[in-house]
Amino acid sequence: MEQNTKKIAIGWFSFSCCEDSTIVFTELLNDHWQEWKQLFDFRHARVLKSYNIMDAFDIAFIEGALASPEHVEKLKDIRSRSKKLVAIGACAVTGLPAGQRANFTEGQKAEIQFLVDRFGALPKVLTVKEVVPVDAEIPGCPMDTKKFLEAVTALVAELRPDLAPKA
Amino acid sequence: MEHVTKIEGDASISVKVENDKVTDVKFQTVEYKRFFTEAMKGKSIMAIPAHLARICGTCSNAHIMAAIEACEDALGLTPTEQTDVLRALTMHGLIIRDHALHLYLFSLPDVYGKDAFLDLDESIPEEHQILHDGFDIKGSGNFLATLIAGRSVHAQYPTVGGFLHFPDKAGIDEAVAKLTAVRPAALRLIKIFQDQPFHFDRKTNYQALVPDGNFGYIKGAIRTSRGEMFPEKEYRNLLEHVVLPYSQASAYQYKGEGYFVGALARINIAKDKLHPKTKASIPDTLALFPSTDVFHNNLAQAIEILHSIDEAIDILTTRTFMPEPLVKMAARDAVGVGVVEAPRGTLYHKVVLGADGKIKEGEVIVPTGQNQINIEQDIGRLIEQKLAEGMEKEKMPAEMEKLIRAYDPCMSCAAHFLKVKWA
Repeated sequence: MEQNTKKIAIGWFSFSCCEDSTIVFTELLNDHWQEWKQLFDFRHARVLKSYNIMDAFDIAFIEGALASPEHVEKLKDIRSRSKKLVAIGACAVTGLPAGQRANFTEGQKAEIQFLVDRFGALPKVLTVKEVVPVDAEIPGCPMDTKKFLEAVTALVAELRPDLAPKA
Repeated sequence: MEHVTKIEGDASISVKVENDKVTDVKFQTVEYKRFFTEAMKGKSIMAIPAHLARICGTCSNAHIMAAIEACEDALGLTPTEQTDVLRALTMHGLIIRDHALHLYLFSLPDVYGKDAFLDLDESIPEEHQILHDGFDIKGSGNFLATLIAGRSVHAQYPTVGGFLHFPDKAGIDEAVAKLTAVRPAALRLIKIFQDQPFHFDRKTNYQALVPDGNFGYIKGAIRTSRGEMFPEKEYRNLLEHVVLPYSQASAYQYKGEGYFVGALARINIAKDKLHPKTKASIPDTLALFPSTDVFHNNLAQAIEILHSIDEAIDILTTRTFMPEPLVKMAARDAVGVGVVEAPRGTLYHKVVLGADGKIKEGEVIVPTGQNQINIEQDIGRLIEQKLAEGMEKEKMPAEMEKLIRAYDPCMSCAAHFLKVKWA
């Protein structure tokens, strides 16, 4: 039988957030980089590289909430290219704190409205699952690293059992 | 050019060129405002540090330190000596891991002609060493931050009045072992950024918070390269707000001119205060400062990694930590100011506190806003230089990115909400 030598194609995308889960991911690399270098092809990850490729992803990780119509279109496009899509961190999963303006008083809302209008932001910031179906959610602010590693292991086992670490 | 890569957050650049002259440059964050300072209003003072940490993932512990300082200033609260030391260690952990992220993952691929740090070749001994050095240094800073502050991102232990948890002996010993082990790697990193081929000379003014004693990131007065000194409370005299209608961020100048904040400013102004062991290890490197080379900001960051390693080892091996209760003070009507040197430069927080313990309003001024004017001017000059050298336009974005990375901008921070009055 022919062996599949291709690595798992990863896309890593940040929308409206503080990118804490991206930073936590770079800290996880401290201990996992050798293993992940063998396993993953980071096709699109602005934090890691300049020449990012927008083609097909085995797993797309989505950090942050959706704050504009362009964000929504981009997320739909990513979904259409990805076998699995994982929402990571509080902003992606709950919409907060990125979308905290929804909880403002009427007075506060009136004060900031000109800025919402000026840059064409959505009336209300959206979570990832409000826009596209998600295969997994990793909550936490920043994302819970234990749950992230569990989800990654499960996805690798599902997508590419030949690459999953032997027990 | 949309989406500058290998920086914190999301930024774009637009440049207008007419007859080989740059007539306009806009370096802007494309991140959407999340309205953090507006959302401060009505929150309890104790919730403010964790709230403002969420402005930025990578700078979060610096935001926590600045916010705590501002809240304590408003309360009239003086923390214990041990709290000051734990906060200094929190910042050393942050400086080590954040500068290592920037230098290895963002800037070093340019030096080696690679697209990504992970593209370095493990079968080549030099590149193998650098890969391990990078993750080991980052890991040691992450360990120190986690031991002292609970997490290297959005730390839970530091709070208004002190710390909620204290490092144990086993953790301290492990931190000392890790930091000692990476010291040679920090020296190799300094050599890489001392020898790297990129240079961009620009005359400007520098500003940094400089302590009375050893080189550090939390205490002191704001000094400028013009020789002036301002106490933290007078920070507004130093910053002139400039509105950028095209950006979701704000810019600042001083006396009508742009200025530079960050590691280069700190080393230029205060290199004499570095740890004695740091100074003894790299005399030739330190002789390059004060420097007007923007790319020496990378070298200055590498020097700060070494200083923070030496300083942290010194503290951890010469003192003990005992559990102690939080210092508490009653709320009052007052304004508090907190200033720290975040990895990317001087960070200002202000809170207006009410007697009910709730925040009436606040202000946050981040380093990237302060470097904005210089970044735009430098991109313009760089493009004119490259046009004169006959470089094709297609090659210029990579050159612009390299220079921008030397400034180490943080667009997550830049896009937090500043209450802008539009003229």
